[in-house]
Amino acid sequence: MTSDLVLTGISKQFSGHRAVHELDLTVPQGEFFALLGPSGCGKTTTLRMVAGLEEPTAGTIRLGEQDITGLRPYKRPVNTVFQNYALFPHLDIFENVAFGLRRRGIKEVKQKVGEMLDLVELGAYGKRKPGQLSGGQQQRVALARALINRPQVLLLDEPLGALDLKLRRQMQIELKRIQTEVGITFVHVTHDQEEAMTMADTIAVMNAGVIEQLGSPAELYDLPATTFVANFLGQSNLVRATILGQADGSLVVDVHGGKVTVPVPRCRVTEGDVWMGIRPEKVFLAPAGSEEDAGSNVLRSAVVTDVSYIGVSTQYLAKLPWGQELTMFEQNTGARAALKVGDAVDLHWQPSHTFVLDAAQDAHAGVEDIAE
Amino acid sequence: MSAIVPVSAAGKTERSGRRLTAYLLLLPGGLWLLLFFVVPIVTLLAASLYDPDGSIEAGFSMTWSWHNYVDALADYARPFGRSLWYALLTTAFCLLLGYPLAYAIAFKAGRWRNVMLALVIAPFFTSFLIRTLSWKLLLSDNGFVVDALKAVHILGSDGRLLATTAAVVTGLTYNFLPFMVLPLYASLEKIDHRLIEAGGDLFAGPFTTFRTVTLPLSMPGVVAGTLLTFIPAAGDYINAQLLGTPKQRMIGNDIQRLFAAGAYPTAAALSVTLMAAIVVLVLFYVRRAGTEELV
Repeated sequence: MTSDLVLTGISKQFSGHRAVHELDLTVPQGEFFALLGPSGCGKTTTLRMVAGLEEPTAGTIRLGEQDITGLRPYKRPVNTVFQNYALFPHLDIFENVAFGLRRRGIKEVKQKVGEMLDLVELGAYGKRKPGQLSGGQQQRVALARALINRPQVLLLDEPLGALDLKLRRQMQIELKRIQTEVGITFVHVTHDQEEAMTMADTIAVMNAGVIEQLGSPAELYDLPATTFVANFLGQSNLVRATILGQADGSLVVDVHGGKVTVPVPRCRVTEGDVWMGIRPEKVFLAPAGSEEDAGSNVLRSAVVTDVSYIGVSTQYLAKLPWGQELTMFEQNTGARAALKVGDAVDLHWQPSHTFVLDAAQDAHAGVEDIAE
Repeated sequence: MSAIVPVSAAGKTERSGRRLTAYLLLLPGGLWLLLFFVVPIVTLLAASLYDPDGSIEAGFSMTWSWHNYVDALADYARPFGRSLWYALLTTAFCLLLGYPLAYAIAFKAGRWRNVMLALVIAPFFTSFLIRTLSWKLLLSDNGFVVDALKAVHILGSDGRLLATTAAVVTGLTYNFLPFMVLPLYASLEKIDHRLIEAGGDLFAGPFTTFRTVTLPLSMPGVVAGTLLTFIPAAGDYINAQLLGTPKQRMIGNDIQRLFAAGAYPTAAALSVTLMAAIVVLVLFYVRRAGTEELV
């Protein structure tokens, strides 16, 4: 028997504000699933509805065969790692972790808590109070306190948000290791796209109460379905273009006079005005007038306007004849000398890296959220 | 010339100047304590050891009469014990009434929170004495409360409310309830709501969450509230005087009566004993409640 988590037509209306709108979502058992989106997109509300801390206005939540929509939180086989942990300050670490076991009257508390504290590498800290631990240690206690109950689904609400960058990286790997070890379904809410990409098997990108796109990190990154996903997950160059026609399974697109081809499956729309998209690291900057590889897409007559050396890579800005600046990343392999501001360049890339999106969408959707 | 003043000397001057400022700032408070706390306490302690045969007219002489304490306790053991018992009852009733009230204000009142808090404080706008006198009217033999209770046969035909233990404890409870509610509210209001959600998430039903999370976290408020209720209630005499009879008299009534009659040494000895008893009880209680790590 599988116990997939299935949300059907879930909506949540707060007074005058629609937090989640007719959401359908299936999280397969044992998966590490991320709900990714900017603050206020409804991801935390969705999580709280699964936990039972918020009641949906409409829709059903099922866990395997069981409808848990109306079930009180303490009766659900679901546990939560709260944002800022919510550890009980009056109980020591041992009792914090033992809390769920004691409430359910489970035996061998001592042994189980000991094992769980060992799993999160806090075996020696049982007698301390939460206030005496660092942020990273508190985070692990919160994880242990939830995991010890062997929930069918573990919910994590921005679990790494309060940690500094280095510790966050470390905990990302740690969380992934623990999830693989225990095999429990993890539903992880975050606004950090890198965090979601590092850990999750599947990501659902949420915006304004709906899911924009769902898929593996590589799928989402390689072929975003909306401008929001294209900008929120990594960066994208989006250029206004018009579809001219179809040839050999590809669409021919006019980009301000230049001709570019895109495989049909990579196009969300197949006629009229579109956004032609390309990821910054997929573009190769060649000196102006150089020969392109056969079948390669080229935009000519660009001028380098900015060069930022970042160590592993260099970020270029190049201005195209119609005045738009595009972003390019190049690995610093040392194979050639860096370009300079003012150099005339051509942009080369593979048609299979190009994507085409609906021009009705805002080209800047999801951009400002990266700064968070 | 000033340019070659050694740095260390300059630093020292500055530091001692800063220390002086600190002392100056402490001065008003220190003087206040000295005048209105230390001097009266010393006077009280001295008075408790005066010759008990003295009088206001003849004056009192210091005879280090320690047996004042023995005599006072022998004569006034009953009202003394009664005071502590009434104070204990008052504290218990205040806690029983005040906790749900404070809880409701902190968690359930929503936008009515400030209105409810104002209502808790509102009685302070009238004098303590006036409010206790109103209770006298309220509980009087031909008042509507007694009539109503007689009508439904809760009270017998010759039953009364005024001049009973119940009346005194009710008056005390009424008068000290805000001192219980306010610290409880402050303590409950501070509790992170997510901790209560975490209790629910970890298989604790509403009552278990209250018992294992909310109540322990509100202990600082419980301790503060019970102290603020118990201490003044133990020394009160207005409620016993207005709502009770000599049978309900508390130690405060005796101290007040002795003082009015000019029996200063006995009155002082009783006051010191009451104070000492309260200090010992409070120390023991705070130790037992073990709230140091919470506050």
